[in-house]
Amino acid sequence: MAKVKPRVKVPRKAEVGEVITIKTLISHPMESGQRKDRKTGELIPRKIINHFTAKFNGEVVFDAAIEPAVSANPYFSFDMMVPEAGTVQFEWVDDDGSVYTEEKKIAIG
Amino acid sequence: MKKLMLLIASSSIAGLAFAGPGPDENTLVIEGEEMVTEVKTSGDHPLATVYSGWRFRKPETQALEMDDFENPAMVAVDYGIELWDTAAGTSAQSCADCHGDVEEAMAGFRANMPRWNEEAGQPWSLEHWVNWSITEHQEAEAWKWESPEMLAMTALIGLQSRGDPMTVQTDGPMAEWVERGKELYYTRVGQLDMACSQCHEDNYGQMIRADHLSQGNINGFPTYRFKWSGLGSLHRRFSGCMKNIRATPYKRGSDEFVALEAYLASRGAGLSIETPSVRN
Amino acid sequence: MDVSRRTFCQFGMGASAVALLPSLPALAGTDPVQEAIMAFTGGAMPGDGGIDLTTPEIAENGNTVPVEVSADGAASILLLAAGNPNPGVATFNFGKLAPNRAAATRIRLAQTQDVIAVAKLESGEFTMVKRTVKVTIGGCGG
Repeated sequence: MAKVKPRVKVPRKAEVGEVITIKTLISHPMESGQRKDRKTGELIPRKIINHFTAKFNGEVVFDAAIEPAVSANPYFSFDMMVPEAGTVQFEWVDDDGSVYTEEKKIAIG
Repeated sequence: MKKLMLLIASSSIAGLAFAGPGPDENTLVIEGEEMVTEVKTSGDHPLATVYSGWRFRKPETQALEMDDFENPAMVAVDYGIELWDTAAGTSAQSCADCHGDVEEAMAGFRANMPRWNEEAGQPWSLEHWVNWSITEHQEAEAWKWESPEMLAMTALIGLQSRGDPMTVQTDGPMAEWVERGKELYYTRVGQLDMACSQCHEDNYGQMIRADHLSQGNINGFPTYRFKWSGLGSLHRRFSGCMKNIRATPYKRGSDEFVALEAYLASRGAGLSIETPSVRN
Repeated sequence: MDVSRRTFCQFGMGASAVALLPSLPALAGTDPVQEAIMAFTGGAMPGDGGIDLTTPEIAENGNTVPVEVSADGAASILLLAAGNPNPGVATFNFGKLAPNRAAATRIRLAQTQDVIAVAKLESGEFTMVKRTVKVTIGGCGG
């Protein structure tokens, strides 16, 4: 499987109280468990990102419980109000237990 | 009566142009840069105008290409950047060590693929060039044509030509390769006994079931296809097309595909490189 | 009337709520879509209005369909695909720092079907909307 890589878009600066849009993506095949191996005819086991969380300074802003119906390379976009300077922390959880993280700082200005 | 005549007249004119929806009128602007998605041809080109495949896609698909975050291929470009900076092989050199900054070093490189290689005595696709550098200069193992690494690297390098007009040398030693590619383009193959031209020249703009046929131009490769849920190379697309008409496909990197690539680059010359593009 | 809309729906099976559900009867979980909705709402019948779902009319390819959902004051939004092998798509939860209770994602649709969004509002009420998305079969997509 190709490397699982997160990719996020967060403005570097914002005013206090400003509403920003955060976009996120992670490269992941999101194997649904519905596909069959062409050679053996066996079902390819499910292996997806099943949960995504975005926190700001430790407080949950947005999270998603994810099913195989979410497309490969799962993309989520949502808004956040910036209360102060801080760090947005992103976390993706894989069915196999792996946890992928990313973080971006937001300055006030 | 007059109204009816007008209606018939206008619909028959439309019928002459396309029976299907044809390419749309949208403008492709990527990160503020306007792309050339149509070129009026000259001379004995079989088409009056060549269009990028982007002009045949639905608005939701088109939108994904217009923003470098929305474009799902960009995560592979990130991986390409990582590879560019990573030392490899017994040379323990990264691409950056010799080439420096990828934006400078690779500017315009993909725009005129396949390029003639004097030593090899034939044109090379971008993948050939990459593997040559990896094996000769880095002394590392070659990457498979369709590997995540090769796709990431060709997407990264291709991006450095984005907005440049697609061109290819057609004279000198390239002439016979372009001619060979042209022959392949018009030759019927496979159980369905079809040539590229039958869909992409005779019927572009029409619907084949629910697929909107493009002219089959190659200015966006490697491309992120929804069908593949990922990036894929030009030769993969050729291969898929051949399988669809129940023909045994040529191999990736084969002389046939390189010739076809050369011909198609000349056929769509002038269109902006859109690599890495987004298609259905 | 002084009966709350929610109570009325539970007893009276408001016509609009029934019309929104993909199948009848609504009392028992007779199909997975119904079951998923009822599990999310705790058995309450969702109303309508106050929730927007944006989907393409025709999906160019069923494996990447962009969708956007928003509902003012939503604490959670459930997204379902009524014609998929399993209807569950995702459940979005919003924290206090999310001003617009809205999210966008890309989903897989196996065939032409209804995409359904159910919002749980902070008030405790539920509201629902659905959109039909045509999913096409390519001719020679390769």
